[in-house]
Amino acid sequence: MTEPPTRALSPILRLVDIHKSYNIGTPVQTEVLHGISLALEAAEFVALKGPSGSGKSTLLNVIGLLERPTSGLLEIAGRQTEALDDTSITALRGATIGFVFQFHHLLPAFTAVENVLLPSVIAHGTATPQALAMAGELLARVGLKGSEYKRPGELSGGMQQRVAIARALSLRPSLILADEPTGNLDTVTADEIFALLREFNHDHGSACLIVTHDARLAARCDRILELVDGRLVDS
Amino acid sequence: MLIARRRPAVSPWVRWMPFELLVAMRYLREGRMQSVLILAGVTGGVAVIIFLTQLINQLQAAIIDRAMGSQAHVIIRPLEEVAQRVVTPDAEQAVAAVIQPREQRLRSVDQWERVAALASRTPGVLAVSPIVGGPVFASRGSSNRSVVLMGVQPDAYRRVVRMDDFMTQGRFDVSGTRTLIGIDLARDLGVTVGDKLRVTSADARSEVLDIAGLFDMGNRDLNRRWVFVTLKLARNLLDLPGGVSSIDLTVTELFAADRVADNLRAQTSLTVDSWMQTNSGLLNALANQSVSNNLIRSFVMLIVALGISSVLVVSVVQKQREIGILRAMGAGRRRIMAIFLLQGGLVGLVGSALGIALAYLLLVVFSRIFKSPDGSPLFAAQLEPVLVLQAAVIACGVGLLAAVIPARRAARMDPVQAIRA
Repeated sequence: MTEPPTRALSPILRLVDIHKSYNIGTPVQTEVLHGISLALEAAEFVALKGPSGSGKSTLLNVIGLLERPTSGLLEIAGRQTEALDDTSITALRGATIGFVFQFHHLLPAFTAVENVLLPSVIAHGTATPQALAMAGELLARVGLKGSEYKRPGELSGGMQQRVAIARALSLRPSLILADEPTGNLDTVTADEIFALLREFNHDHGSACLIVTHDARLAARCDRILELVDGRLVDS
Repeated sequence: MLIARRRPAVSPWVRWMPFELLVAMRYLREGRMQSVLILAGVTGGVAVIIFLTQLINQLQAAIIDRAMGSQAHVIIRPLEEVAQRVVTPDAEQAVAAVIQPREQRLRSVDQWERVAALASRTPGVLAVSPIVGGPVFASRGSSNRSVVLMGVQPDAYRRVVRMDDFMTQGRFDVSGTRTLIGIDLARDLGVTVGDKLRVTSADARSEVLDIAGLFDMGNRDLNRRWVFVTLKLARNLLDLPGGVSSIDLTVTELFAADRVADNLRAQTSLTVDSWMQTNSGLLNALANQSVSNNLIRSFVMLIVALGISSVLVVSVVQKQREIGILRAMGAGRRRIMAIFLLQGGLVGLVGSALGIALAYLLLVVFSRIFKSPDGSPLFAAQLEPVLVLQAAVIACGVGLLAAVIPARRAARMDPVQAIRA
């Protein structure tokens, strides 16, 4: 597979010397990220591993624009994020990033297909016919045809995670951030979920950053980043 | 599973409903018990407010109607006679004086025809009736009673006091020596229609009247005292040739009586009293009743608002993870805030609709239970559209206001904290 040259030239994600501290200005100030620099090319499939407490989740939250870094430079899809206000950050996040959480985090009051629709409803105000068609298609792709009307509570863990993946992909984000997406699934289901992410990465060219403890799965990624005590180490 | 309970994969609402409204409605539906409870609170509150207001308004109207049934709205009388001081007091020289109030003779309203014409031209005046009234003795055989002789023009007077409704025998009409007396006076004197009655004035003028009808004004005092005759006869007996002792008016708008009275007083410089001055005690009582009604309404609204607020605060805490997810998916703070404000507003809207229905039901039920002594319902089971609209608007407003604190709390939530929680 050959990448178009323009994609290779412009990284979808660029971090330069990112620091993140908590409780700033108090005696218990702690720095969790000590100067992280990394870049993700478009359509790259990268694993992020590291022991508990190494700052993986914090790094993912910073990249996902859910938390602001204390210092450093963060560029997503070619946009500098430091100067953006809350509204612009929210808009940028909605348009470019898809999240898959460890605990699927589906909204229990909505059916599977409605959950998949929500990001586009948020983006466009209401559900457009295209979004409806897309949501059905995505659910079929993740193997949930026939379960569209079910509520998350009526689905198994693996199925819920599939819905969550379909939701993360519904706006065709250029970057997918997955925080231990297979963390609470059995190996067979975990393999399936992983395969799905890989498939979408291949088909749509969405870059993926996956936090995982599973060395077996990490080995199947393009690249592995390892975080130890808030620093990236070569592996 | 043989029979799968299929609900549509995408509810039809999703296709056109804005995101905020969609989520708000879904949350209300999801938290069924909480929603039912706050809805019940709003429904009860709105029902109490409408029911109470409607009840009090109608009872007040009934009380005023009863009180005003037998009296004129505005009465024009001659000025009271006052004693003039011969020596006018000045600052330099102190004068000791005892001023005795003058006795008030029965006098005529000066140029009463012109005053009556002026009154009937005054805007807001519905009817004008000249009266010649004064004290006389009514006697039959050995019994006699002190009564008030009321010389009236029946056609004018029945427009001031609804005499036709009060007649128990005969019609409200006088001519020649025909007279109308109250049922209590008739009983006291042992007379009835067709009997004769002698009336004698203080200066011994006397006339024999034919009783042509009996009335019952629902007021024993008036039933004992009033004796209706023609203007002419009253003038003769009371020695008021060509004059009238007062002019009674009816106004189109009851509570504008004061203004009409002020207007006429300024133009005629006569004594002009409105019912609002002569019944200030009644008005005061009604005003106090309205104040306590408003107080109750305010407290009910406050309690309803607190109920909505507390339920939504709990809901925000329960939903903090979902709020975090929505934020992560690109929903800004304002939209999160809108979701919770809308929940408050929707509860207010639906609650007011239910509350209006409940209030109507209460009015229907209680109008059958509460009866006035004569068996007619004390109040009618009807809703004033203005009041209904007011209650609905207030309920929605209260719902929105009550949701402000929870909504702000939801909007301030940090997505990361919310997801982790």
